Amino acid sequence: MKAVRSHLLLCGGTGCRASGGMTLKDILEAELEKRGLSDEMKIVVTGCNGFCALGPILVVQPDDVIYVSLKPKDIPELVSEHFIKGRIVKRLLYKHPVTKQEIPTMQQIPFFAQQELRVLRNRGLIDPEKIDEYIGRDGYSALAKALAEMTPDQIIDEVEKSGLRGRGGGGFLTARKWRTTRSAPGAVRYVICNGDEGDPGAFMDRSVMEGDPHSVIEGMIIGAYAIGASKGYIYVRMEYPLAVKNLAKALTDARAYGLLGDNILGSGFSFDIEINRGGGAFICGESSALMQSIMGKAGEPRAKYIHTSEKGLWDMPTNLNNVETWANVPLIINHGSAWFASIGTKGSTGTKVFSLVGGVNNVGLVEVPMGITLREIIYDIGGGIKDDKKFKAVQTGGPSGGCIPAEHLDTPVDFDELTKLGSMMGSGGMIVMDEDTCMVDVARYFINFLVDESCGKCTPCREGLRHFLTILTRITEGQGQEGDVELLEEIGDGMIWGSLCALGGSAPNPVMSTIKYFRDEYDAHIRDKKCPARVCTKLITFSIDPETCIACGKCKKVCPVNCITGAKKVPHVIDESICIRCRACYEVCPTDAVKIR
Amino acid sequence: MSPISADQLRKIKLKIQNENALRYGVGRAKVTVHMGTCGIASGARDVLESLLVDIAQYKATDVIVAVDDCVGLCEREPLVTILKPGQKPIEYEKMNPDKMRHVFKEHFIVTEIQEPVEGESGQSNEGKRSQSN
Repeated sequence: MKAVRSHLLLCGGTGCRASGGMTLKDILEAELEKRGLSDEMKIVVTGCNGFCALGPILVVQPDDVIYVSLKPKDIPELVSEHFIKGRIVKRLLYKHPVTKQEIPTMQQIPFFAQQELRVLRNRGLIDPEKIDEYIGRDGYSALAKALAEMTPDQIIDEVEKSGLRGRGGGGFLTARKWRTTRSAPGAVRYVICNGDEGDPGAFMDRSVMEGDPHSVIEGMIIGAYAIGASKGYIYVRMEYPLAVKNLAKALTDARAYGLLGDNILGSGFSFDIEINRGGGAFICGESSALMQSIMGKAGEPRAKYIHTSEKGLWDMPTNLNNVETWANVPLIINHGSAWFASIGTKGSTGTKVFSLVGGVNNVGLVEVPMGITLREIIYDIGGGIKDDKKFKAVQTGGPSGGCIPAEHLDTPVDFDELTKLGSMMGSGGMIVMDEDTCMVDVARYFINFLVDESCGKCTPCREGLRHFLTILTRITEGQGQEGDVELLEEIGDGMIWGSLCALGGSAPNPVMSTIKYFRDEYDAHIRDKKCPARVCTKLITFSIDPETCIACGKCKKVCPVNCITGAKKVPHVIDESICIRCRACYEVCPTDAVKIR
Repeated sequence: MSPISADQLRKIKLKIQNENALRYGVGRAKVTVHMGTCGIASGARDVLESLLVDIAQYKATDVIVAVDDCVGLCEREPLVTILKPGQKPIEYEKMNPDKMRHVFKEHFIVTEIQEPVEGESGQSNEGKRSQSN
């Protein structure tokens, strides 16, 4: 028998799977078999590495080399050069976007180097389907410590001292919620993990549930012990099949080890967890709607004169926390509250995971200390704006968050600062927009999303959103009227005051924040009937500059409505009356002769 | 799988940490077999095989094995470098499977026996590492 000399850590996150990661696994297996290396090199499918734009990703240990954007045809060379002869295949390494230099190890890539991995501590290092690998990384040691050495009150005190706030959006103090639930009268108590991540462009919770499911489960068991709960639910949306699969496997394994069920680790404490799959309604991420959904009713929120921590599931005290919040709990127990609070800001301790998407060079999942500036996240970790374009705004907090402009890039990111700017932390989505983005169109896009997702129970949200959409559509189509902006603001105010839940209360954010920071764009649409970013199709025209046109005919070929005329050596012309403004000619023109005005 | 105690939890942790030492980069030593064309031609592959068999046999999974390119001393291949944390690297030249077995035992098995007998394996390992630093 031979010892294994190398672990090939293949990213098995949804992103890397979508770019062909599992096909790569089969090819890699076959190639290792062919070269007689199967028994000395082990393929380990790990959770998401976070560098999703460059998948599939393979990390080779012990050499600590990271390969990105692998294709099946690269595998034979990789095996014969690196695995057999020990020569790193340079062309498959990450290249610095500016210096174009190849970077062999993860720690040297700026995207990874400036992150602080706590919640994502096991990222890319363990096989999420193997409970032993989680245990090997200190897993369940916090649970053992909590059950053996700490009373429920001591645990809540420790969490309180750590300053941990809910990572799902609201930023409510976790310990306060736990204490209320613990002291509320009730025959049974419940804990819930909210994995109903619904923001477009957000995938933080999915990554944790897929890549390190035991960290969430361990946090929940500790929380349940502190609160006195006997039953837990993990609410995951159906669109996350891999998260459901990995969580289910993790629960089965934890049960087999006696870490769930009766008399956990001989402590006398009993607790079990069930997975509840949601249908994917955005509103079900709201705590009271989520609980309705678990009970088999339509997912609608209720007024919270009485908190769900007192009367939640089946009118029993119920504590709900987000995936990331739960995953922080074992760390606080193991390392103490002082360690946890050692990074972050005064009001927001610890780290936050963000999904950084949109117009940045490095799209992916990042975990950073609270208090880091937006500029550091976007430029240092995100590698700046794609194609050397200018930064325009960053949208934080999902569809009901707000857009933050360039002048506030140096704002430290924490719960309170983002709220001050008219946005919010939300669950951690971060969409970066460049100069080619029309802010009115962005507001319309998010409102369009929310119109579909509003449950319709309360009037301000249901009707307010519909009127928002009508007015915004009218503005982007050049039919905007004087006074529309003021009307939008008035509707928004009404929604903030009158809505039943946080969805309606925060839904005006995309509109209000774009009006606040980009009022000039609204005015240009309404008064001049112009779209400054040249996005809104009804407000732009296409023409070809005869000076720069080389009459190559490329635009003529791609035009779907044949509105471009011209012959060899004759500059081409667009017939504006037929043009549908699809941008196809603009995209293909080799000399940028197609102009949008 | 059957229910475990807190004690067994710790044992699983130590076992996995030892098994996966190469993944976490925390081995007690790194043995590099130079596998350039010259190395392979003079039998480096057999040296590597013998090393892997020994590691498996002695369950010494915290000895990390690496393959590397030619170092430029082609006539002395196969070359093997042993690097222990905090110590200067040791180069062995003109290796063959038998020599490799001997070197492995001298470095990782015999010295193990000469160390004081440990109470808890994890702790004594820690101690050794800091000593050598």
